[in-house]
Amino acid sequence: MDDDKRLEAFQAKIDREEKIEPRDWMPEDYRKHLIRQISQHAHSEVVGMQPEGNYITRAPSLRAKVVLLAKIQDEAGHGLYLYSAAETLGITRDELLEQLHGGKAKYSSIFNYPTLNWADIGAVGWLVDGAAIVNQVSLQRTSYGPYSRGMVRICKEESFHQRQGYEIMADMAKGTPEQKAMAQDALNRLWWPSLMMFGPHDADSPRSGNALKWKIKRETNDELRQKFIDKTVQQAEVIGLTIPDPDLKWNEETGHYDSGEINWEEFYNVVKGNGPCNNQRLTHHKRAHDEGAWVREAANAYAKKQLEKSKVA
Amino acid sequence: MSSDNQFPQWEVFIQSKTGLPFKHAGSVHAADSEMALQNARDLYTRRMEGTSLWVVPTDSIVASNPDDSGSFFDPSNDKIYRQPTHYVMPEGAKNI
Repeated sequence: MDDDKRLEAFQAKIDREEKIEPRDWMPEDYRKHLIRQISQHAHSEVVGMQPEGNYITRAPSLRAKVVLLAKIQDEAGHGLYLYSAAETLGITRDELLEQLHGGKAKYSSIFNYPTLNWADIGAVGWLVDGAAIVNQVSLQRTSYGPYSRGMVRICKEESFHQRQGYEIMADMAKGTPEQKAMAQDALNRLWWPSLMMFGPHDADSPRSGNALKWKIKRETNDELRQKFIDKTVQQAEVIGLTIPDPDLKWNEETGHYDSGEINWEEFYNVVKGNGPCNNQRLTHHKRAHDEGAWVREAANAYAKKQLEKSKVA
Repeated sequence: MSSDNQFPQWEVFIQSKTGLPFKHAGSVHAADSEMALQNARDLYTRRMEGTSLWVVPTDSIVASNPDDSGSFFDPSNDKIYRQPTHYVMPEGAKNI
C-alpha cells in the first residue's frame, strides 16, 4: 500500500471512532504530535510533585499529611502511566528524560509558579487538578489507544485530588479572617495561571488543526477553558471566595460565563523559561535523577549477579 | 540500552479477582523480575485493582502484525457453520 492509501485508511479508521494501536501504521506527524503531547503531560505530572512535596513535612495535621503523600504518589504514578504510553510510540524513557533535561520537552507552566503557603496547596488541588481533570476527561476519547487507556485510569484517580484541594480551601475560607485572606490570596495568584494551562486561544494555536482532525484532541483549548470556568465559579461562590476577574459575568444568551482577557505576555514569558521557578524545578529534577544513579547501578549489578548465579545452578 | 539506563521494560497484566482473565495494564521498568512485580504493584494496584499480577519482559511478547490482520484472521471469516445460527432447527423445538 502506498502512503496516500494508508493515510486515507488511517483517517477513515479515526472517523469511525476506532482507536489507533502502537503497531498500526500512522503518519509520522501523528506519532510526533503524540510523543510531544504525551511526554509533556508525563513531565508535568512528575514536575508537579515538587510544589506539593515541599509541604509534606509542613502539613497542618496527620490527616492532611497522609492525604498529601497519597496524592503525590498518584502524580508519580500518572507520570509513569504516561511514560509507558509514550514508549509504545518507539521513544525510550532515557530519550524522554534527555528531552526534558535539555529543554526540548516542556512541562505545564503552572508548575513554574511557587507554592507559598498551605492555602496554595488547597488552590493547586482545586484549580490546577481541576483544570487538568477537564482536559483529561476530554482526552479519554483521544484516538491513540494507550493514551486513552492511561487517561481513563488517571481520571478514576484524579477526582480525589481536586476534592482534597477544595476541602482545604473550604476549611480556610470558613476559618479565621487571616485564614480566609490566605485562601483568597492563593485563588488570586493561581486563577489566571490555571486558565493559561489550557494553552493559547484557538486562533493562536497553530498545531490544533491536525490534532483535532486526528482526534488526538477532542475539544479545543477555548472550549475546555470555558468548561473549567463554568464549573469553578459556582464552587468559589459556595465557599465565599471571589474569582479575581472583574469582567467575569454570566451570559444568559450563551449559557456560559464571559471572562476577562488572559495576560498572554506572562504566559509566553513563563513558557520561555522566565517564570518564578523554571530553573529551580528543572535543576531539582536533574539533581534527583543524578543522585539516583547509584541506585540504578546497584540494581543492575544485582540483577546481573542473580542471572549469572541462575546460569551456574 | 543506553549507559545510564532505566532498566528493561516489562508488560504488566492484572487479574482483578480470581476467576477472571488477566488484562494488560501497561508497562514498568525494572532490573529484575522481583523488582518488576513490586513496581507493578506500586504503580497499577494502588486501589485494590487486582489480586494477582503477571510481569513479562516486553521483548518476549510476540505480536501479530496489524497490516496483515486481514489475511491473518481471514480463515475464521468463511466458516459460518461455527456459529449456532447456521443450523436450521425444526419448528416447535424448545430449549436448543
